[in-house]
Amino acid sequence: MALGPVFGVLFDGCAYGMLLFLLSVGLSVTLGMMNFVNLAHCAFAMLGGYVTVTLTMAYGWPFLATLPAAFLAAAVASVALERTLYRRLYRAGELDQVLLTIGLAFMSVGAAAYFFGTVQQPVQTPSYLRGSFSVLGVSIGAYRLFLVGVGLAVTLLLVLALEYTRFGAQVRAAVDNQRMARGLGINVDSAFAATFALGSGLAGLGGALAIEIVGLDPGFAFHFLVYVLIVVSVGGLGSIAGSFAAAMVIGISDIAGKYYVPQIGSFLIYLVMVVILMWRPAGLFGRR
Amino acid sequence: MAAASGAATTPGLYLQAQTRWHPIEFAFWAATLAPFLLFPNHLALASQIAITGLFALSLDLILGYAGIVSLGHAAFFGLGAYTAGIITKYGWGEPLVGLLVGPAVAGLAGYATSFIIARFRHLTLIMITLGLGFLLHEAANSAEWLTGGSDGLQGMRIGPLLGLFRFDLYGYTAYAYSLVVLFVVFLAARRLINSPFGLSLRGIRENALRMPAIGAPSRSHIRKIYTISAVIAGMAGALLAQTTSTVSLGVLEFQRSAEILIILVLGGAGRLYGGLVGAIVFMVARDQFSGIAPQYWYFWIGALLVTVVMLLPNGILGGLAQLYARWQGKSS
Repeated sequence: MALGPVFGVLFDGCAYGMLLFLLSVGLSVTLGMMNFVNLAHCAFAMLGGYVTVTLTMAYGWPFLATLPAAFLAAAVASVALERTLYRRLYRAGELDQVLLTIGLAFMSVGAAAYFFGTVQQPVQTPSYLRGSFSVLGVSIGAYRLFLVGVGLAVTLLLVLALEYTRFGAQVRAAVDNQRMARGLGINVDSAFAATFALGSGLAGLGGALAIEIVGLDPGFAFHFLVYVLIVVSVGGLGSIAGSFAAAMVIGISDIAGKYYVPQIGSFLIYLVMVVILMWRPAGLFGRR
Repeated sequence: MAAASGAATTPGLYLQAQTRWHPIEFAFWAATLAPFLLFPNHLALASQIAITGLFALSLDLILGYAGIVSLGHAAFFGLGAYTAGIITKYGWGEPLVGLLVGPAVAGLAGYATSFIIARFRHLTLIMITLGLGFLLHEAANSAEWLTGGSDGLQGMRIGPLLGLFRFDLYGYTAYAYSLVVLFVVFLAARRLINSPFGLSLRGIRENALRMPAIGAPSRSHIRKIYTISAVIAGMAGALLAQTTSTVSLGVLEFQRSAEILIILVLGGAGRLYGGLVGAIVFMVARDQFSGIAPQYWYFWIGALLVTVVMLLPNGILGGLAQLYARWQGKSS
């Protein structure tokens, strides 16, 4: 009987971790490839969220059909920005990159407030994703189960694509040693642009999936940025396994912390991050 | 200025040439007195600008000179503000006491964290400063018995300055007080930057690994300047708490750290007047556009930031210096 809540917290933590993984894996890989500090990453996630809200509420699309649209919208927007602004700063210092991307994130917050207002956005999920059922005394939310399923499927696809395709090999080479990869004739710039679009698209998907769990308002771009950066820096740059492990650890400890010791709130997460970074500056799975 | 530094042959002469006061500097400080006569209704804004300028100056010392990118500098600002506010609840209403104790606490925290800061660079450093800033924000949020949590600090009682000057509604005292503190700290910072220590900081910014090879220990220098910067940031926080008689969680927020970074970069990082010019432009613009709801204002801050990074990489002062150099080249 006492184990019920423990498993419940673990399961919710896993679902939350999957969400964090979807939101952060793109940033991890692009940071590992280009060392580009993209603080606007969650702005793409927010865009995905707003696309889903608009399509379901205003145009009556079914929820599941809006998810690819959220992915596409975020990917297209990221490619447009990458081509026009980001690529000029690849060789610049991290300060310029931080400033440009904070600027873009601020703009996204202002634009979202202008078009949608500052209220929380509702989303209509289909009936079969609502409610919960109980397995061996543990209550399992249908939506959270769906989230875990999507997260696992995306992870599997990413790992397969990265390990067994030509494109994946190019990306891995570029993450390991960008100059050497260029020397071997790999077009790192175009591989990077594709990775960037894919990563931002996944963030958009994560943003759309996140609404049901954490809601959506213009503060999303900054509120989740912290969690995403924690996952990325704790997991180590350019490592999918690292991001996955870190997202799980952060997701479970955040939910567990808020469940068992609500008075300290998010304090625990920040502490965990600072301590891990001091112990291993390159993250748990990082090599540099 | 370029000619003077070109003519200097020894480091000592170079530093002396840098220390000389330029006529524009006299004009700038004379102009800071203008609000008393010309805009007596805007003295509260003027004191806010002076405080923001002081905060930006503190960030400039570590970011512009030593090259330490911090996304959590509001931590020290907030520590100074909360300390200065909290001690007034226990009868220490004299502002000058707060002006000493607030920065002292911020400085202690700065000294303690400087050991962490000096060990890391690049992304890890950014993340650690960000994490420490959030840690402190969360700590202040949960310690409601001390800070009042999200309601803000209650029951502050600020006494008159030196027992004589009350903080009036128009902000005469507030502006005079903030301006004097800003000027004194500025003189100290100016002296510091034009010393051999200041020069070696610039060396660390350019290459932290090579500086020890010429006899300038990078880490201990970074620890020193980080502590100094924390003290000044704490001073700015204490000033804000005293002149506005309020302290809320906003003083510790990430937005404040980001905003001060924006102000400094807008004015021009790595120049003593960069933070001050940035503070004037930014705060006046915000005052003028205060009719816009704050959430839309973020859009324009963002647009401004993107423009500055793309078109004015050295800020307003950098752009002006470039124009001036071009104009000099044409006239001679």
